[in-house]
Amino acid sequence: MKISESGLIGKSVPRTDVIDKVTGCAVFVDDIQFGPSLLHSRLVRSPYPHALIKRISTKKAEELPGVRAVVTGKDLTARLGLYLIDRPIFASDRVRYYGEPVAGVVANTEDIAVEAAKLVKIDYEVLPAIYDPVESTQPDAPLLHPDLGSYTVANFIFPEPGTNISEHFKIRKGDVESSWSNCAALAEGRFSLPPIEHVPLETHTSIALSEKSGQMTLWASSQSPFAMRDMIAQCLGIPHNKLRVIAPLVGGGFGGKAGVTMEACAVVMAQAVEGRPVKLRLTREEEFVGTSVRQSLVSEIKVGCDKDGNLLAMELTYYFGGGAYNDYGVNIARAAGYSCTGPYDVPNVKADSLCVYTNHPVGSAMRGFGMPEIHWGLEQIMDQLAENIGMDPAEFRLKNCVRTDDEIVTGMKMTPIDLEACIDKVSKAIDWEKKEQPTAPNKKRGKGIAIMWKAPAMPPNPGSAAVVRFNEDATVNVEVGGQELGQGSFTIAAQIAAETLGVPYNSVTVSSPLDTKYSPYEWQTVASRLTWSMGNAVKAAAEDARTQILETVADHWGEEVDDLTIKDGLVISFKSEREQPLDKMVIYGLPNEDFEGWKGGPVIGRGHFMPTYVTNLDPETGQGTRAVVHYTVGAQAVDLEVDLETGQLEVLNIASAYDVGRAINPDLIMTQIEGGAVHGMSSAFEALKFNESGEVLNPSFVDYRIANIADIPRKIHGDYVETPIGDGPWGARGVGEHVMVQTAPAIANALYDAVGIRFSDLPLSADKIYLALERKNETG
Amino acid sequence: MAIHAISLIVNGTKEQVQVPSNMTLIHTLREKLGYTGTKNGCEAGECGACTVLVDGEPVNSCLVLAVEMDSKEITTIEGLADSGQLTPLQEAFAELNAVQCGYCTPGMLMAATALLSRNPYPSEGDIVEALVGNLCRCTGYQRIIDAVQKASRNGGAR
Ligand code: FES
Ligand code: FES
Repeated sequence: MKISESGLIGKSVPRTDVIDKVTGCAVFVDDIQFGPSLLHSRLVRSPYPHALIKRISTKKAEELPGVRAVVTGKDLTARLGLYLIDRPIFASDRVRYYGEPVAGVVANTEDIAVEAAKLVKIDYEVLPAIYDPVESTQPDAPLLHPDLGSYTVANFIFPEPGTNISEHFKIRKGDVESSWSNCAALAEGRFSLPPIEHVPLETHTSIALSEKSGQMTLWASSQSPFAMRDMIAQCLGIPHNKLRVIAPLVGGGFGGKAGVTMEACAVVMAQAVEGRPVKLRLTREEEFVGTSVRQSLVSEIKVGCDKDGNLLAMELTYYFGGGAYNDYGVNIARAAGYSCTGPYDVPNVKADSLCVYTNHPVGSAMRGFGMPEIHWGLEQIMDQLAENIGMDPAEFRLKNCVRTDDEIVTGMKMTPIDLEACIDKVSKAIDWEKKEQPTAPNKKRGKGIAIMWKAPAMPPNPGSAAVVRFNEDATVNVEVGGQELGQGSFTIAAQIAAETLGVPYNSVTVSSPLDTKYSPYEWQTVASRLTWSMGNAVKAAAEDARTQILETVADHWGEEVDDLTIKDGLVISFKSEREQPLDKMVIYGLPNEDFEGWKGGPVIGRGHFMPTYVTNLDPETGQGTRAVVHYTVGAQAVDLEVDLETGQLEVLNIASAYDVGRAINPDLIMTQIEGGAVHGMSSAFEALKFNESGEVLNPSFVDYRIANIADIPRKIHGDYVETPIGDGPWGARGVGEHVMVQTAPAIANALYDAVGIRFSDLPLSADKIYLALERKNETG
Repeated sequence: MAIHAISLIVNGTKEQVQVPSNMTLIHTLREKLGYTGTKNGCEAGECGACTVLVDGEPVNSCLVLAVEMDSKEITTIEGLADSGQLTPLQEAFAELNAVQCGYCTPGMLMAATALLSRNPYPSEGDIVEALVGNLCRCTGYQRIIDAVQKASRNGGAR
């Protein structure tokens, strides 16, 4: 591996976007001005979680002055989807969750749109609804998608038509049944977590414009403009070159702005008012009610080890509450299936991971994609097993955690990682061995640890492309299709380009907004895959540009390319010690001797990357050569105390360490680790709440609390380990999602250490903890 | 709806604008006057993204009507940096990476600017109290606290 020459790799250079963001110049989609031609819109949403639509009357709404159009799903038969195409843009015959769009109103002003939306009259016949994913697998459960068998589905997803099961992933490895008798200790448990929201500060917003030429333009707050284009184009039969998606900076995504949420509604509404841009901006209430959620999960886990604490067998059933439709849901259940054991070396595994339709909002990707969900139970059961065999939880993990080259649950060889180093780092940071005193007599204090793994969950062959363009003055524009959501992807792209080209970091600009008309392809900004995949593409593009420059100069000087390099924007020759500045020559080329013609020309480098080695897994056993591209692993330890009089929990210290392969920008990694620890902590207290009739009860910041500045741990410690992978830029891989995967179970383990009570069901809350403490006191 | 002609002093510039009686300050700033740096996160006074200064005091611009603001001095995020010179607070936010997606940042900076101008040396508790109404989903807040403290050492709000 070539070691970085100018030292930009591993350096915490400033973010490319930070000055724009502190001065109010950063442009988000709602900031784009469209002038007086802009029309406004509102969606009419279902008031029932499950009902048949009997009749829709739009007449009154259409008659309201200022209304331009009212659209419904009447003439839209095609469905939307990524892996399983099951979702209508507007429900037309049946609604399957509270808040599902049934109609859309376009009007001159937002106020008129709101008024008109109330005038759309819809008659429903209410059907029984189902929310619990386990009950939803039962034969007597109301069937949500009678047409499941006719939906288009990816070849690695296995729905079960005639049931509510949209995906069933299986692992059959070794012999679990006969292993139990060899176990010296067992632990069993059932764990659950509710749907939660992503809660970006920027709500989903899009503007669509349909032109007479057939051109459709969609401005959207999107993590994945190319996937959005693909899904909407396929659904509505628009050629890809006629659907242009423009995606400026995103004000927080966390998975909620991947795929398509409400953007297709905006497109359909724009088709009804040709020539006028239509804005659809979700209110905060709609953001809570009408966008995708992290799926609920019920997990049943049994695990056993021998007398020395070596894990022998594991049996798992995961029931993901996929909600009404599949956005990413089926692939989350699949990812949870092929990573079902967590980061452990277990020889015998039987697992069934199911995605199940329920009458909840669309279940989807949220930071960690299935991993926070399964680690909630896994990391608690490992603590229980450690206790049952009489081992310290950290020691138990050190003994059993997965190591490089281990054969993991799918039969694949583990990619390079050092999880033990992560465990050591967080144990030290939190003074694991030391029993701390509570800060007050009415409090109890405890420590907990949890570890994690996560692979980018995606199809086998998601691609990235990049273009590097020189300007006359040797500054550089890097074009990518991966999005800047705050994680720092543009900064990483600029660093990689500058380092590879041998030009100063601040001479590189990464082009924004993303625009499917001009930007090179990127599958999606998800799965913590950009530093690795887009990073590889940028590196390749920069190498291509560099080669073009060196060839021109070598030819000009009559030297060999191998004797030249570029440093600080100068081509230099090791041999002749000649120098050639890059400015002008990167566009105009260089003259031949005596100006007898010219060589070179505008330098444009192109690069792409696509993993080519991932294999499908056997549908009956989940075994295969290479399930995923790689894993990132990490550990967290928590020191907390609980107020026995109120049940209030305070995290005093949280320490995290992840193996990032190679830290391209260490400080950006720390920002992910710190932000993720607080996001993870917050998620342990979050739940989208529904009443009996399926209505969302807490669609506001007051009722759905996310961590505020007063809630954060007193100390947040972050660290990383660098075990490079072969196909990452300088060995790097992503860490944006991993940072919150195991926080909730680390807190639960610390809580157990403090008060001796296991909490198997999220959310945690002061009430719940208080009541559990009371119960414990009563029963002694 | 009645339309009112009002005048505002935004970032030192006098602006004349016609607004309907129910139009809030945030919409006036963003849609009528083009100050889109001020962000809309909830329109309910619950997230602080829309914080601006009205006569120096931090205000959720989604909660006040434009007509009530007639002849008041408004400072928005666009009014902080002066001919390219960032305030110590903006500088500290940038240097410490107290910014990720940046959507909460304008509101945070305005609330913190108000804090430092009335209390140039705030304790950590003062900072938490001043910013408790400003939500951020990305950063985990610690760097925001650190940035305010750093700016306080480097000369406060301006
Ligand atoms: S937008 Fe004003 S407080 Fe949220
Ligand atoms: S930086 Fe994204 S909400 Fe604060």
